[in-house]
Order: sequence, then C-alpha cells, then structure tokens
Amino acid sequence: MVIVQTEDFNIQTEYDALRSKTDGGAIVTFTGLVRELYDLAGTNSEAVQSLYLEHYPGMTEKCLQDIADQAANRWNILGSRVIHRVGELKAGDQIVFVGAVSAHRADAFAAAQFIMDYLKSQAPFWKKQTTSTSTDWVESKQSDTESLKRW
Amino acid sequence: MGKAGITNALRNSNVAMITIHYFASIRELLDQSQQQLELPTHVSTVNELIQHLVDSEPKKLQILTDPSKVLIAVDQTVADRNHVLSGDEEVAFFPPMTGG
Repeated sequence: MVIVQTEDFNIQTEYDALRSKTDGGAIVTFTGLVRELYDLAGTNSEAVQSLYLEHYPGMTEKCLQDIADQAANRWNILGSRVIHRVGELKAGDQIVFVGAVSAHRADAFAAAQFIMDYLKSQAPFWKKQTTSTSTDWVESKQSDTESLKRW
Repeated sequence: MGKAGITNALRNSNVAMITIHYFASIRELLDQSQQQLELPTHVSTVNELIQHLVDSEPKKLQILTDPSKVLIAVDQTVADRNHVLSGDEEVAFFPPMTGG
C-alpha cells in the first residue's frame, strides 16, 4: 500500500496494519524526519526552518507502487506500507514511512531498505528548503544514486 | 469564449495535443507549470520536441537540453530523449528527484 499525503502519519497505526498480516514473524519500519541542520556544500551547516515537498501527482503514486512491487518480487515479504508526505513541513516533522513484514527478518530488512533507497532518487519528489538566509531546491546527491548499485 | 468554451472547442477539433508539465526548479526557472501544443510535423521524438521548444525561446529553455539537469517522463514514466512521440502524450520535464 502506498500513500502520498500532506497530513502527518501515526507509526502505531502503520505498525498495527503490518502486524495484522497472517504468518508475519518480523516487522521492519523506517521513519524519515526533516533534519534540523542541512549541510551546504559539505562544509557549512545551516538551520532549516521549513521544507517544501513538491511532487508529480499520479506519477508519484505509480512510481512508489512500482518500487513496492519490485520489493515484493525480490523478497519473501507478506506486505509493505509506504507513506510520503508532501507540502510544507517543519524541521523535526515526519516525512516518510516505510514498513515491511515477512516471516523472517532478513527479507523485511532488505525490502524496507530497497524501497527507501529507490524512492529517494526514483520517485518524483523535489525538496525545497528554507533557512534563515535563503530558500533553495535541494540538489540530488551522487550518494543516493550510488546506493542503488548495491541492489 | 469562456474557458469551458475553449476546452470544448479543443475537444471538438480532434487535434491531438501534447501536454507538457514542468516541475520544481525547472517550473520556477521557466515561470510556467504547464502548456499544451500541437506537435509540429517535423517533431517525432522527445529530443525534437525539446529542440522545438528551445527554438521558440533559446535562452530560457536551453537548460532542457542538458540531461544531467533535466529528466523526462512520458505519460508518467521516466523516458529517454529518443522516446518516440505520437502527439497526444503527457510529457514532463523536471530536475533529478530528491525524495525521502
């Protein structure tokens, strides 16, 4: 199940949904937060006041579903849940949730990590951050593309 | 003619139109989020569509020719620049994605 929404999400609700799967023996969940400090060009850090997330309605959901389907094909999981927020967020806010349930832990760990790695650079989201001095689109990181190679 | 009238006129004319979306920094740079156009007869690929757009506003749209700065989706699927267009697709231009 994939959801793109402006509202916050509740970890317990998501965990309970994963736990309801019959024969589940392992649940892995990941939550991404808006970082309070953002590294500028690797040297300076500036306090982030807010983060705006733009996306491509329609394509975003298709991409996330495709990534979740790929994970389900590669690992023996019983289900996954992906929530990505869009719109205006503040430092410290929850931004993304990925959860996977499987019979044994290795599959859930791998599937959750795979989904996270892929959605960072393969789903149409764009972050724009505002600090006390500037508002800038966040540049994509080489390391995010690199991290796909391990899969 | 009101907005609805124009839309109906387009629908009735049976002319296939390409819908173009621009996102994030590209949208801001061009100061435009969407446009529609009838595919000229000499345009049959994404690359040729980009060249057609650049020809209309060389300075502003030059960035579209840089594959490291602008990615492309056709009908909501990431596509390469040789992708063949039939004339009624939804084409999107956007910077590398930064989700998560």
